Amino acid sequence: MIELLYDIPILGFLFQFVGYLIEVLPIIAPTIIGAATPIALGAMCGFMNERSGVVNIGIEGMMLTAAFVAWWVASLTAQVLPGDPIGPMGMSPALLVGLVAAIAAAMLVSLVHAWLSITVRADQIISGVIINIFAVGITGYLNLLISRSAPPSAGQFRAWDAPAFLADIPVVGWLFDALLSQGPIGLSLLVAVIVMQVLLFRSRWGLRTRAVGEHPEAAETVGIDVIALRYRNVILGGVFAGLAGAYLTIEFGNSFQGEMTNGRGFIALAALIFGRWTPLGSFGAALLFTASEGIQRAVRFGPPEGALGDFLSSVPSQFYSALPYLITIIILAGVVGRSIAPAADGRPYSREKREKRAKASA
Amino acid sequence: MVRLGILPAMAILLALVVGALVMIASSPLVRGSLDLGLPLTAYGALLSGSFGSVDAIINTLVQATPLILAGLAVGIGFKAGLFNIGAQGQFLMGGLAAAAVGVATAGLPPIAAIPLALLAGVAAGFAYGFIPGFLKAFTGAHEVVTTIMLNYVAIQIIAYVVSGPLRGENVSFARTETITSAALPVLAGRNGHIGIAFALVAVPIIAWLLFRSTLGFEIRTVGANPEAARYAGMRPRLLTILTMAISGLLAGLAGATVILGTVGHIPAAYATGVGFDAIAVALLGRSHPVGILFAGLLFGAMRAGSGLMQIQAGIPVQMVNVLQAVILFFLTAELIVRYLFRVRAESAEISELKTITSSYGTGQAVK
Amino acid sequence: MTDASSSPRTSDATPERPPLLEMRGITKRYPGVVANDDISLDVRPGEIHALLGENGAGKSTLMNILYGLAVPDEGEILLNGTPIEIDGPNDAIRRGISMVHQHFMLVPVLTVAENILLGDEPMANPIFLDRGAAHARIRELSSFFGFEVDPDAKVESLSVGWQQRVEILKALYRQADILVLDEPTAVLTPQETREIFTVLRRLTSELGTSIIFISHKLYEVLDIADRITVIRRGRVVGQRVPAETDEDDLAELMVGREVQLTVDRGESHPADVALRVEGLHVRDDRGREVVHDVGFEVRAGEIVGIAGVAGNGQDELVEALLGLRPVAGGTVTLNGAHITGASPRELHRRGIGFVPADRHRYGLVLSFPLTDNLSLNDYYHAPFARGLVRNEAEIRSYAERLVGEYDVRTPSVTVDAQTLSGGNQQKLVVAREFDGDLTLLVLDQPTRGLDVGSIEFIHRQAIAKRDAGVAVLRVSAELDEVLELSDRIGVMYRGRLVQVLDARATDREEVGLLMATGGRDTEPPIEAPTAVS
Repeated sequence: MIELLYDIPILGFLFQFVGYLIEVLPIIAPTIIGAATPIALGAMCGFMNERSGVVNIGIEGMMLTAAFVAWWVASLTAQVLPGDPIGPMGMSPALLVGLVAAIAAAMLVSLVHAWLSITVRADQIISGVIINIFAVGITGYLNLLISRSAPPSAGQFRAWDAPAFLADIPVVGWLFDALLSQGPIGLSLLVAVIVMQVLLFRSRWGLRTRAVGEHPEAAETVGIDVIALRYRNVILGGVFAGLAGAYLTIEFGNSFQGEMTNGRGFIALAALIFGRWTPLGSFGAALLFTASEGIQRAVRFGPPEGALGDFLSSVPSQFYSALPYLITIIILAGVVGRSIAPAADGRPYSREKREKRAKASA
Repeated sequence: MVRLGILPAMAILLALVVGALVMIASSPLVRGSLDLGLPLTAYGALLSGSFGSVDAIINTLVQATPLILAGLAVGIGFKAGLFNIGAQGQFLMGGLAAAAVGVATAGLPPIAAIPLALLAGVAAGFAYGFIPGFLKAFTGAHEVVTTIMLNYVAIQIIAYVVSGPLRGENVSFARTETITSAALPVLAGRNGHIGIAFALVAVPIIAWLLFRSTLGFEIRTVGANPEAARYAGMRPRLLTILTMAISGLLAGLAGATVILGTVGHIPAAYATGVGFDAIAVALLGRSHPVGILFAGLLFGAMRAGSGLMQIQAGIPVQMVNVLQAVILFFLTAELIVRYLFRVRAESAEISELKTITSSYGTGQAVK
Repeated sequence: MTDASSSPRTSDATPERPPLLEMRGITKRYPGVVANDDISLDVRPGEIHALLGENGAGKSTLMNILYGLAVPDEGEILLNGTPIEIDGPNDAIRRGISMVHQHFMLVPVLTVAENILLGDEPMANPIFLDRGAAHARIRELSSFFGFEVDPDAKVESLSVGWQQRVEILKALYRQADILVLDEPTAVLTPQETREIFTVLRRLTSELGTSIIFISHKLYEVLDIADRITVIRRGRVVGQRVPAETDEDDLAELMVGREVQLTVDRGESHPADVALRVEGLHVRDDRGREVVHDVGFEVRAGEIVGIAGVAGNGQDELVEALLGLRPVAGGTVTLNGAHITGASPRELHRRGIGFVPADRHRYGLVLSFPLTDNLSLNDYYHAPFARGLVRNEAEIRSYAERLVGEYDVRTPSVTVDAQTLSGGNQQKLVVAREFDGDLTLLVLDQPTRGLDVGSIEFIHRQAIAKRDAGVAVLRVSAELDEVLELSDRIGVMYRGRLVQVLDARATDREEVGLLMATGGRDTEPPIEAPTAVS
């Protein structure tokens, strides 16, 4: 029966591909989700910034800083505090302290971004560039100095043992299993995506954030403090960049290497755009982006049979890697389903125009 | 002219102070104990590694060459109100094309091979800059995002081409064959290749283009006031595309120069930060060609001297990135500098930047 | 025209009631201009008080002061007899003052409900909005006024008229005692205007809201207001009740009698037709046709004024004539040659000069030196350039000549344009656009925001050009400006050229009335509202 479908010219190819996906997805799902987590978390940081009208191309630097701080602080803590887990998922004091430090560090960097973007009203893109260059420098610098003494690793968080009954659900059990068999940071992303998505469209904070990102003047006339809201959101966005960085060094892995974010902060930006500036959308985009690499790996190890397998194997692996970026360009150019940024994104807001002039002459 | 340099100079000074504080704070890690003299040792090494000998000066020039060329690329974009974050990608594509042609022309005499390889690099950069320009002009896709994406596409293209069709034989890792005939001749010292001259010549050419030619006038007018440009009969759409392409051309030339003059091949996993450093160079140079020349020399000197700094003072080379970032920070937050030094110097801000950010959220095509 | 007794207003002037709001002796100075000069205004409960005045008369400044967006230099504000200080919009809203801005303060991508709630959201709990309560309240409010608005509709999908209603709902939702409407009908059709008026009347009669209605449209003010305060050049020049006044009286108050500047304009000697516009149609950025079937001609050696209140299509008309906006229909000829849809450069080459109203937008590149600004139209050809190469010496000597000829006060031609005063900046534009062999000169409010000396200078230059045989088209929203120099005056009203008058056979009252009403023949009076279903 299925063979019949596969024999249809061209379309059959597609059916075969879908069949192949159904077959391999349960196997590669954990890899895809693991790779998507830091990207989606980075996109959440961008979401908090850009929805309130502040462009953030410094996600990469924020993540890198947090990755380093998480690893370093966890390592330092491990040298003084007992290394035994005090909670589930391998939560040792060292890892928890490292996590908190990473979040604090990313929030601090976000504060600098907020100050430059909102108060100084500097070009927000330059602010992001500064953060990226600084992060590469300072983490690389300290990492080299620290690694001379070869500090011990504090280890990493362990994945949660998802209840077996979830994994046993027919057809979609594997998905639950893959999503839930993660460490605390991976799980926090799932919570964050759902919570932020709901908050964005259902809460007062979400309504005001959307208004400020689209039309700050209108928000101001109904008494919303545009500057304060932007500050708060940008700094809170740092929490997600902190989680994203920490994920790399104390959950996904347990060590730090220079420039290890390796462009994830920029894919996060792409995911944000592809996901139309929503948490759920960016999470989906992150999954899609990493799925392309996951499939490429699956094809390498077990290609489907016949012509489809030959075709998939012949596509260079780099094409899969470049796909997220190409898709983002296409989306942005509006060739397929245009994605448009919040209207006031990148535009510094100035109350000055009206009030200061008035006060100066008063 | 001098007044324009006051704020950048102070930003550099402040950055050196911040760098010194970082070094002192981290000196226990470097020396095992607090060492107040560490910054002096480090900056001394940095200075002698960049200007301390003829070889050091040549090395500074070699390091500065791509920074100046790519800095000009970013700078000319600024002048037209465009933020080309894609100098990195255009640099890589220029390097790749130059390497490909450089390998292919191994049988030709240098007099033919060098121009061909350079031309290929320049053309590739031009094309790779054209794409975001075109997208911006006709679809409104903002160049900041498209060029960032294209940077990563470029990395994948190189990885594919160099690990596949262009992979050299008998090489220990994935890279092209060594470029022979098309390698840029070394004119001075150990590595003082002719590419240095390209950068030094490009500065007056771009300065002339921007300030003495009608095209440059059009580019600057579009950057300063697109509406006025339209009324004056200029074509902002065409100029947007052309400027991005010229910008890509310069970045492509930078890439070709490095590959043909310094590296001698291109690896599949070619790691470089030139494209991003170029943004810092253009900003520090206030997007003026002469300013970019000095900024490029400064950052080139830092790169050149950083090796000696690491050897003599034990300060990792990444300190250079820290210094660059802090310089940019003080340039951007110039109110701090003004407050600290109580100066009323001319602003180092690039006024065309207003044109750039104000368009980010609109997604509008150029009129 | 309109009989006040036929409207359901219940709050007919009741002087014995104490005013709800009083503004006393408000003075507000901006550099070089006194926007409000000792203005006093009082608003009674349930009253519609119209603030009538031309553009730039100071109405908006006064209202910005009331809304806490500007701080007065002198004077005080009393609410219910108590002096208050208003610290920002938030404070104004808290005190029951709401404002509907001329440019809508709505977030296009948000829904009607979201826009209305914004800033004063009903909460189901500390985090989530109570959408049910919000929707119920919005439905209640809107049905009270006899229209149903879908709270879940996106604002960007609504017509302007409906957006206006949303703005009013937004104010009502905040339980405003005083509602300020800044030119609320500027973008509405007559039909929509009538409907909004019905809403406003119900608001005063049934909720007792006081309304400050800002307008420059005489018939509207007569129709809707209980009292009318007329402002001219920052001062109160009169107060009327509709029953005791008429359009002529109001027009006279609004535009004044005194002529401020007199330039000896001499005799004009019109020759052949230079510019001929026939059946011109133009659309605005949103694709709506805002210039309908406009036709006129300008002869060499005469000045034709186009008068019209801002927003009646004259901006788009000018942009279309200058090649900055596509022509949707009709033809334009210059000395008999077709120039419909020609590029700005082509038009300039054919001898069209243009002095724009907003010199910072089209006229100048502020960060460029005078030299570059003066050669902005001609930088690409000889003698200023050969091929790609600019001839700096020529550009400079040309700039020096113009600066001298047109008396631009500047230390040097190499300083940036932004260092000059407003008047000198405009002289710069005038110098560039007036110089050379001109056929047609388009002046779009060329004296806006300038001091008397600069205005006089520009007027003299325009007359000199006319006498040299140039056709001059002068567009303005300010009556005085048009009257002063024009030989003939066309009046634009709602995208149509309603009448062309001989300047010598008309007076300011007639033109003012045409600007405000479009002529009695073309504008049906607004009928008294019919019962609302």
